[in-house]
Amino acid sequence: MIRFDSVFKRYPTGREALAGVSFQIERGEMAFLTGPSGAGKSSILKLIALIERPSRGSVVIGDQNTAALKTRAIPQFRRRIGVVFQDHKLLPDRPVADNVALPLIIAGVPEREIDKRVRAALDQVNLLGKEKSLPLELSTGEQQRVGIARAIVAKPPLVIADEPTGNLDPALALEIMRLFKRLNDVGVTIVIATHDVHLIEQFPSRRIVLGEGRIDAITPPGARASTPNAGVTP
Amino acid sequence: MNVEAYFLRQAQTLVGSLGRIARHPFASAMTMAVIAIGLALPLCLQLLLQNAVAMTSGWNDAFELSVYLQKAASPARAEAIAHTLRQRDDVATVRLVTAAEALAEFREYSGFGQALDALSDNPLPITLIVTPSLAASSPEGTTALKTAIAAISDVGAVQIDSDWVKRLVAILELLRRVVWLTGGLLGLGVLLIIGNTIRLDVLNRRAEIEVMKLVGATDRFARRPFLWAGIWYGLGGGLLAVGLVALGVAILAGPVGRLAALYGSGFHLAGLTWQTAGATILGAAALGWAGAWLAASHHIRGINPS
Repeated sequence: MIRFDSVFKRYPTGREALAGVSFQIERGEMAFLTGPSGAGKSSILKLIALIERPSRGSVVIGDQNTAALKTRAIPQFRRRIGVVFQDHKLLPDRPVADNVALPLIIAGVPEREIDKRVRAALDQVNLLGKEKSLPLELSTGEQQRVGIARAIVAKPPLVIADEPTGNLDPALALEIMRLFKRLNDVGVTIVIATHDVHLIEQFPSRRIVLGEGRIDAITPPGARASTPNAGVTP
Repeated sequence: MNVEAYFLRQAQTLVGSLGRIARHPFASAMTMAVIAIGLALPLCLQLLLQNAVAMTSGWNDAFELSVYLQKAASPARAEAIAHTLRQRDDVATVRLVTAAEALAEFREYSGFGQALDALSDNPLPITLIVTPSLAASSPEGTTALKTAIAAISDVGAVQIDSDWVKRLVAILELLRRVVWLTGGLLGLGVLLIIGNTIRLDVLNRRAEIEVMKLVGATDRFARRPFLWAGIWYGLGGGLLAVGLVALGVAILAGPVGRLAALYGSGFHLAGLTWQTAGATILGAAALGWAGAWLAASHHIRGINPS
């Protein structure tokens, strides 16, 4: 589903966020990107969602080599990826239902179907009945669940999440993680960037540990992944 | 995207953008007022031009020609010339003024009565007052007629009192160009005003556009509500401009009518026609759309999720 080959990412500021990262995540897998702040977790997610392009190396999502993708084709590409943010990125002046419906509206799904699918998505995150609330009327945990509902409403085969539990207390964080696990159980590929190692100990999934733009370790070791030093320039 | 969903979405965007404008009534009204003033100015000039043309169109008699015969020409010869002229296609009427009549007229209007008494004989020639036909009532037509008449024997001089008419026509033509120029410039101004307003709207909703792009919105999709907003600003401004001009005409119509009456004219100030009003409003909406398109396309392209 996701393959990084010797990926380098240097930002215009000169900061090198990724220095030769290679890994592979299979379809239907759930994987955690961990490591301290600035290790390159967010950069990897941005490269997956095509918010950034790699400076060097190749990123293949699905069967699509992202380097071959023209700017014009990016919107269509992003519709097949659900993205969850630490700060939710909800539209504060729109009710929950409109926020969740946004990807469907953008994709031009007919109205009747939108209602149905929005309710189904809200049901999955246990927020049925909150359709008309504004995001700010909800708790942080609920807002995060609205964000997840928005990410899954268009049934993308891949969902990526950047520190989805960053602002939540441990109980809420666990609940959100279980929600991702349930999604994964129905076949969605999930990639979650988090620094909360204690939380993910409870989930026996692939772990890609980053440090200073390189991969320090990939567990379980049986997983297919290349060594961190592949293609690294001195 | 299916067609039904597309139109439903357009309708929702249309209403949504109207709602957004209504939620900021003061700012929106300011924008529309600026647009209205920008449009009202050329509209007023156009109206002035239209009224000037209407007022001067009744002045065809200004193209009369005075044909002075030579002193030696006999009254019979004058009749003959008048007869010849009446046969011409480009002549409507010919009025013969005998030397005696001319003298009486001159005595009456000039105030030189006593001076004329001192003259032993009548110094005035026989005069023919020639009115060109309607088709020949143009500066070119009368000039041609003048040349033709001057060539007839026994004709001393032909005079057209149309120089000032030519000047008037030239002034009106100039005014017409001025209307186009100001219209063009102020139209451009309206385009830029709307563009700038939309630019601020886009930047204010930057976060929202980023989120939309993150979940797969195309630039077109993100741009759509702004295009509608531009159309609304234009429509509002256009309506307001037409209202302003109509109000101005209503205020001026009475005094203009009274002034015209004092000059013995039945002239009435003509207001905006429905066509002009409609064209102004639609044109303003089109300008709004165009301004919004330019600004929104440019600025939305620059907003990318980070």
